[in-house]
Amino acid sequence: MSRHILDARNLLCPMPVIRTQDRVKALNTGDILEVQCTDPGALNDIPAWCRVHGHEVVATNEDAGGVVVILRVTTSTPT
Amino acid sequence: MTTNAQNQAKAVALISGGLDSMLAARVVKDQGVHVEGLNFFTGFCVEGHTHAIRNHDRKRPKRNNALWVAEQLGIKLHIIDVIEEYKDVVINPRHGYGANLNPCLDCKSFMVGKARQWMQAHGFDFIVTGEVVGQRPMSQRRETFPVVQRESGAGDLLLRPLCAKLQSPTAAERNGWVDRQSLYDFSGRSRKPQMALAAALGIEDYAQPAGGCCFLTDTTYSRKLNDLWQSRGQKTYELDDIMLLKVGRHIRPRPHFKLIIARDAGETNYLQGYRHRFSHLTMTSHNGPLTLIEGDLNESEMALAARIAARFGQGRDANRVTFDAVLGRGDPVPLCIQPLPSSEIPAQWYV
Repeated sequence: MSRHILDARNLLCPMPVIRTQDRVKALNTGDILEVQCTDPGALNDIPAWCRVHGHEVVATNEDAGGVVVILRVTTSTPT
Repeated sequence: MTTNAQNQAKAVALISGGLDSMLAARVVKDQGVHVEGLNFFTGFCVEGHTHAIRNHDRKRPKRNNALWVAEQLGIKLHIIDVIEEYKDVVINPRHGYGANLNPCLDCKSFMVGKARQWMQAHGFDFIVTGEVVGQRPMSQRRETFPVVQRESGAGDLLLRPLCAKLQSPTAAERNGWVDRQSLYDFSGRSRKPQMALAAALGIEDYAQPAGGCCFLTDTTYSRKLNDLWQSRGQKTYELDDIMLLKVGRHIRPRPHFKLIIARDAGETNYLQGYRHRFSHLTMTSHNGPLTLIEGDLNESEMALAARIAARFGQGRDANRVTFDAVLGRGDPVPLCIQPLPSSEIPAQWYV
């Protein structure tokens, strides 16, 4: 299990979701991914993407600097 | 094609975030088919970007409707970046454009074709769309349905559950993956059958009852894109180009440069991210929007640009308005001008 950071700042929805989706494909079960964004829509969209794919949202945070979503990759049937 | 005698059939559904594709996927899923969704990001999608940029849109729920639909249906959604491949669809549509720069028929064939590739790569059996015959004047007509099937390569692996009873049986019906009798015979532009089906299925919340998800169907946006192509002398674009067409007032006082003037604080904030790549004007004497200038201009033209930009700040009626003006990659230089009277900004300058 390892921790990774994805810089999705200055990207607008749905690009942060697409980048997250592509990054998660390359990770292993249990890995942690911290996604850094500036589009406030990512605060809803990335957790929604996690829910439909069965990944765990560990934490979310929004402040003046942007949005951070931390997720844990779970064993999801790959397609 | 996979053997489904013992296995659950698998369908990939095109999910736009609107009602029709939601219903189509739901109808097939309710028949026991494993459904996963595909959503394509072309760069022209109305969803998301605009909501994130403009002030008034910040009051709306910031949700991606395709993801929201997938969550309501309990299916996976794969969002695919097709920005580069989609350029050829927009620039060279085989079947031409609709009322604006919308290449709807080519677009549908392209997306179903991408879905076919995805289906084959992932061992799925058929494709589902929310198309309704007669719903759209360009892409959803009885005559164009076979065109989409042929040009996408999907053939009869494409199922349109909402109007399937008006079509010849497809592979999904013939192979017993779905029950044709439980599909529908919707046609025409009325939304009532879809709304009635939504109600029957207990679906109360859904977005954009009828299209409106693509900027290329928008007259103003299409005019801006045409202006971009004409000013460059060629039909090309990058993602940033088409993003900037969604933002601000666009005013072209001379053929070789154009102003992009933010309409609110949200747009000013968004344009800030681009200012290092453009000549730009920041109003310093009054509250006012950030203005980017696309194209090469000289100092006298910069003064004209500033006089125009001053019309859109709180100093529009002042004798003097001051800007920090950045020409090209130069340093900010104070620029004091008199705002141009509105009567001296011809309507044809507005793109």
